[in-house]
Amino acid sequence: MKILVLLKQTPDTESKIQISADGAKIETAALKYIINPYDEFAIEEALKIKEKAGSGEVVIGSFAGDSAKELIVKGLAMGCDRGLLISSEGLEGADSLTVAKVLAAAVKAESPDLVLVGKQAIDDDNMHVGIMVAELLKWPHVNVVTKLALNGKTATVEREVEGGQVEVYEVQLPAVFGAQKALNTPRYASLPGIMKAKKKPLDSKKPGDFGLDAAALKAGVKTVIRGFLPPPEKPAGKVFKGEDVAVMVDKVVKLLREEAKVI
Amino acid sequence: MKVLVFIEQRAGKSKSSALEALTVGARLAGGPADLAAVVIGKGVEGIAAQLKGYGADTVYVVDHAAFEHYNPVSYADAIEAAVKAHGAKVVVGLAAPMTRDVFPRLAARLDGGILTDVTAIEAAGANLHGVKPMYAGKVLAKVETQNAPVSFVSVRPNIFKAENKGTGNAAVSKLELTPAADSRIKTLEVRKGANERPDLTEAPLIVSGGRAMGSADNFKILGELADVLHATVGASRAAVDSGYASHDMQVGQTGKTVNPNLYIACGISGSIQHMAGMRTSKVIVAVNTDPEAPIFKVATYGIVADLFQAAPIFTTKLKALLEK
Repeated sequence: MKILVLLKQTPDTESKIQISADGAKIETAALKYIINPYDEFAIEEALKIKEKAGSGEVVIGSFAGDSAKELIVKGLAMGCDRGLLISSEGLEGADSLTVAKVLAAAVKAESPDLVLVGKQAIDDDNMHVGIMVAELLKWPHVNVVTKLALNGKTATVEREVEGGQVEVYEVQLPAVFGAQKALNTPRYASLPGIMKAKKKPLDSKKPGDFGLDAAALKAGVKTVIRGFLPPPEKPAGKVFKGEDVAVMVDKVVKLLREEAKVI
Repeated sequence: MKVLVFIEQRAGKSKSSALEALTVGARLAGGPADLAAVVIGKGVEGIAAQLKGYGADTVYVVDHAAFEHYNPVSYADAIEAAVKAHGAKVVVGLAAPMTRDVFPRLAARLDGGILTDVTAIEAAGANLHGVKPMYAGKVLAKVETQNAPVSFVSVRPNIFKAENKGTGNAAVSKLELTPAADSRIKTLEVRKGANERPDLTEAPLIVSGGRAMGSADNFKILGELADVLHATVGASRAAVDSGYASHDMQVGQTGKTVNPNLYIACGISGSIQHMAGMRTSKVIVAVNTDPEAPIFKVATYGIVADLFQAAPIFTTKLKALLEK
């Protein structure tokens, strides 16, 4: 079985996000990038499937700038076999559908049995690209996957929805699945894994290598980010301390009813 | 502008926030003739009557046994049929599991624009201008569609007000659709959750516990407080990772983003990851023994105290107050 994992680089969760002085963009110079946390569950699941089968190939790909290279190498150190970096030069910040068009073309060229992604990226929280890739390929998808069992070319997949409900699907491969946190526990790269990763192949491609025209893609963008605003400041709250607990609770209950009017 | 609103339903019951999406649709459409809703499922025709007065003259209904459960491909087909029947340029839904799963598929199919989980939305000519939180709510992005033949927008629950202005007949228009027989994806079943309360993402009131809960058993204290308020119980990542609470209860960056009127955080220190998921709550109450805990910086009201002392007192006092 050949599995393609799609990775997105996202700013570290602890990063301070600074809006540029003109409000047009986010300052990226000081940002430290990590593998989107949900993508780590996708990598782990791919490696588990390969290990269980005893054979196969796990390719890890990203449509990004050069800074994603070290994150792909991290995936190789975890155990993926081959890396694929598709340069986003000229298409930086393009919308999710444009990204999906490039990735769908790459998937077509790689022709895997299965594509695994994180259920969403923690920067824009959009939950778009994996689903769009599936549609562009006319493949089925299941997103927010908490359980995945393969039986030949058929997968039984559980998806978490509201109120703890679970939708259970039977899916014919090839398909795209988006990993949710509960799916597994991602491994750490071992020292031998890190050494081996340096020797594993990492291909560099451009959208043109998949027959796409970057200028035409850019002209076809349907969704744009026009600028950024800081979130509204919250007025300082009232914090009670040092009094009898019952007295403090009484004060807060009163404020909830009379000032905040939420109960 | 022709606008279509997708009404999410499960087991014949529409989502409580569905009328918020419909009200947004009414504002964008400008008049009842331009606004339609679509309801998909089995035995769901009755839902149309509940939409009366919210600004839509037409409710497209896809009612068929094959649509009983959500399926991303067949539901995309059904919504696409309604988009075509109505000539919709804008499709509105709720930022909830079905809409967030099916809208990206439709945007890709129709080469459209897509704005997700917006907290503000307006029409600007043929385009949509919206605002959505990004980077865990650390910034708001101004997002827009351009040159799109059709645009999809999902609105965050509990932000927009549902308003019945008494316009729109909500007349049923049946769409006859049978799903493709060779579907490569089948929904085998939908397993019920243990939770009878509204889902965290839509809950108006939430009581949440952190690592300080100390055990799964201790969450009962929060359950009792939640019962009094008819609130949903949530948890921090620390509590989930310690095994005190299940993953579907997790609020925060790798859990759920919530937006209730009242969020009571008990024994939660307030990591960046947790605050990413709850900072837009309208009123935040924090109970923590550590006066330096970051949660107090976002709290509307804070109490520096042991939650095991404070929570039961909250339960007793609120019970007395709400029974009056």
